[in-house]
Parts: sequence; structure tokens; C-alpha cells
Amino acid sequence: MISGSLLPLILAMALAPLMQAVITRTKSVMAGRVGPSLLQPYWDLRKLLLKGAVYSRTTSWVFQLGPTIGLASVIIALTLIPFGGFPALSAFSGDLVLIVYLMALGRFCTVVAALDTGSSFEGMGASREVTFSALAEPAFFLALAALARQTGYLSLNPVLAAVSTATWMRAAPMLGLTIAALTIVFLAENSRMPVDDPATHLELTMIHEVMVLDHSGPDFAMIQYSAALKMWLFATIIVGVVAPWHSGNRWIDTAVGLIGMLVLGIATGLIESSMARLRLLRIPQLMLVAILLSALALAL
Amino acid sequence: MGQLINSILVLLMLTGFMLLGSSRLAACIRTIAIQGLLLGFLAISMQDGDWTISGVLLPTTSAVVKGVVLPWLLFRAMREADTAREVEPFISYNLSIIAGAAALALSLWLGARLQLPNQPASSLLVPTAFFTSLVGMIVIASRRKALTQVLGYLALENGVYAFGTAVALHLPVLVELGILLDVFVAVFVMGIAMFHISREFNHIDTDKLAALTDRLR
Repeated sequence: MISGSLLPLILAMALAPLMQAVITRTKSVMAGRVGPSLLQPYWDLRKLLLKGAVYSRTTSWVFQLGPTIGLASVIIALTLIPFGGFPALSAFSGDLVLIVYLMALGRFCTVVAALDTGSSFEGMGASREVTFSALAEPAFFLALAALARQTGYLSLNPVLAAVSTATWMRAAPMLGLTIAALTIVFLAENSRMPVDDPATHLELTMIHEVMVLDHSGPDFAMIQYSAALKMWLFATIIVGVVAPWHSGNRWIDTAVGLIGMLVLGIATGLIESSMARLRLLRIPQLMLVAILLSALALAL
Repeated sequence: MGQLINSILVLLMLTGFMLLGSSRLAACIRTIAIQGLLLGFLAISMQDGDWTISGVLLPTTSAVVKGVVLPWLLFRAMREADTAREVEPFISYNLSIIAGAAALALSLWLGARLQLPNQPASSLLVPTAFFTSLVGMIVIASRRKALTQVLGYLALENGVYAFGTAVALHLPVLVELGILLDVFVAVFVMGIAMFHISREFNHIDTDKLAALTDRLR
């Protein structure tokens, strides 16, 4: 077992909201606007944390527990994610599976909290969220399995350490397919553009946002923060596969990783500015394609 | 070298899924054009150094015919028949993609079991060839418009061509030219047939042709 480092976790917790700000800024620039400050997500979180939470009388403890477990599960998952040259805090054989299930646990609690409000909109959003996640999960699993098969490890730490330029020379098509599948999963899981429009607040079209309408104050801050952390988690895996340079110097690798995250943030912003949302009925087809791409990567 | 061939083969597989998943005829025609061009690249990159004039010229001709001439004919047919979409296929697009996945699994299994006289350049070559042919068959069987069925026929032919490059690197020039001419004439005739069908019935839905019977219904 490699001795873990706290740095990946600290980086994630400090910089995750910044990545969302980068996406927002890219979209603003593309639309010809100035856009909010890059620190805006932090100010939003601070504002929400200083407010009090309002609880409807129809809700129970389940509603209050949802955001807490959601945030906790993402943070636990992040302790398993390495960054740049630094290994994750903990690593063991099979933590790939644990990561997927931790994300599922967080989602389950958000969904249960949404159903607890008794609002029909939230039920609708919960139903959509679960439908599309159920399709995104096999794609994520298969993509991770493809990476595991290619590198021969079952833990994310050695997998990302083993992916190198030599792996690209040996298995470029397989890695390309994996990245394509992971990118679709990344966009779907973080409710970004072709699947869900994070900017809209129209109940008929929302998927993820509609589930958190009733949360307020610190609870909402936790939800926003765990969404940012979740995006960081997926982005780390994608960047780790796309930019597999291991220079030997950990700090240089970390800097490369951070640049990769910045590029991915800008790319996501560009995708959002240039694409329209898919019709709800077409989304299962997109997820099906993601499953296929990752299954093909696994089969090769 | 092996990576280049593998990448082309994976792209070929993806064009198969694009054909199965898209409803716009123009997109399907473009997919078939890309498939034809990729096959040309594949045949050229299989030569692996020992270039011959016929070895480069034949794939180039085939790529031009399949990637430029036939798509042009098909676009013309599409304009004349005044159809832009395959509206209601017999099998939904999601189901077609799943059928494609099953076909891929079958082709990978077949490719692993099939004994060939000579070792192909890539272990993916035979599965890709089978898969492309199977996609062609699925498209022919599950789509309503005559134009999409022509596209299925072309995919089928592309699969056979890919299999040809797997088994014999150098087919006699005459045979290859003959096959190319056959395909060209076939698509030409199908285009004319489609034009007549659409002029007669104002659509190119082949399932309605069953109504052309003497039997009283």
C-alpha cells in the first residue's frame, strides 16, 4: 500500500467551486457578457451558510439528513481519488467499485429527501434523476472496468499511475472510447448541457435542480458544494486518463493536472455554449451510446 | 502501424452504430460515405510499406466511388423522393442499437473462433467485417424507406469488402474492379427504382408495396 497524501483531498475541497466558476465564465464570454467573478461560488456558499434553514412541516428527518449524507459520501469518495503525482489518502483493491457505490448512496439520499417533501415536482425530478443515473451507472462501471482490465489493477490509484503515454501507444482506440464514455457520464452525472440545463428553472425540463428546490440555507450550501465536488471527482478521472504524463516530479504532475482541469472546465463551457439540450426522450439514447462505447472499450 | 489499423477499425464499428442510431437520411448517407473512405484508408494502411501502384490505386478508386460518387447519387435520390427522415422504423432506434450490440458480441465471438488460412493484420479485422455486414442486414430488415435499405445494402457490401482485405490482401485487379462496378450499377438502378416508386406513390415506404396485389382485401 502506498502512503497516502492529503493534498488531493485539500485541492478538491478548495478548488472544486472554482471549476464551476470557470465553466460559468466561459459561457459568459461566449455569450459576450462579462460574467460573475471567479470567486462567486465561494460567496454563494458563504451567503447560504450564514442563512437559516427553513423546513416544511410535511418533511421529516429524512429531508434534513439528505444533504449531509450526500456531502459525506462525495468526500469519502474523494479520499480514494489521486491527483497529479500524489496518491490518494487511502487505496485498496476494489475501491473502483466503492467509488461508484458512494456516488449512488449520495444520489439515493438526495432522491429520498426530495420524495420526503411530498411535492409533485420533486417526485418528477427524482424519477428523472434515477432513470438517467440508472443508465449512466453501467457506463461508468464499464469504463472503469475497461481501465482496470487494461492496466491490471482494481484500485484507482495504481490504475491512474499505470496509464502513461506508453499505454496510449499500445491501446489508443480503447482509451479513446473510454474517454468518450466517461465524458458523456461526466456531463450526465453533473447535469450539464446536452442532458440537463443547469441554468434553467423550468420544472418541466429540469432533472437535477428540481430535486433541491425545497432545500435552503446551510442544507442548500451542502448540496451545491457536493455537486461541485462530484464534478471535480469525475473530472479528475478524465484528466488522469487524457493527460498521462508522469515526469517524476510530483509538483510538476500536479500542475499539469490542474491545467488539465482548467482545460476540461473551459471545454465543458464551450459544449454548453454550442449545444442545445436534448429532448428528454433522446437522453436514454445518449446514455445507451455511452454504455456501448465503454462496453466496446472493455471488449477490445 | 497496428494502432492505426485498430483505430480505423474502431471508427468503422462506430459508423455502424451511427447508422443504426440516427433517423435523418442525410446523416445516414454521410455515415456510409465515411465508412467507404475509412475502408479505403484501411486497405492502404494494410499494405505496410510495400506499395504497389494497383495496391494504392484500387483502394483510392473504391474510396472515391463509395465516399463521393455513391453518396452524391443517394443525396440526389433523397432530394427527388422528397424525404428527409426515416419516420417510423419497424424497430425503434434504441432497440436497433441494442441489436447492434448483440451483433457486435456475435461478431467478436465469431472472429475469435474462425480459423483463417493466414493471420489477419489485426484481431479486430474479422469482427469488424462481420459486424458491418450484420449492421447492413439489420438496417435492411428493420427500416421502411427504400433509401435506408439501399444504405443497408452498402453497409453489407462494405463488410464484405473489409472481410476481403482480411483474407486476401491482393485480390486480382479485375475482380475488385468488377465488384466495384457491380455496386455502382446496383445503387444506380436502385436510385432509378426509388425515383419511380416515389413518383408513383408519393413516398418510398416499402412496406406499402404489399398492397400491390390482386388479392381482394
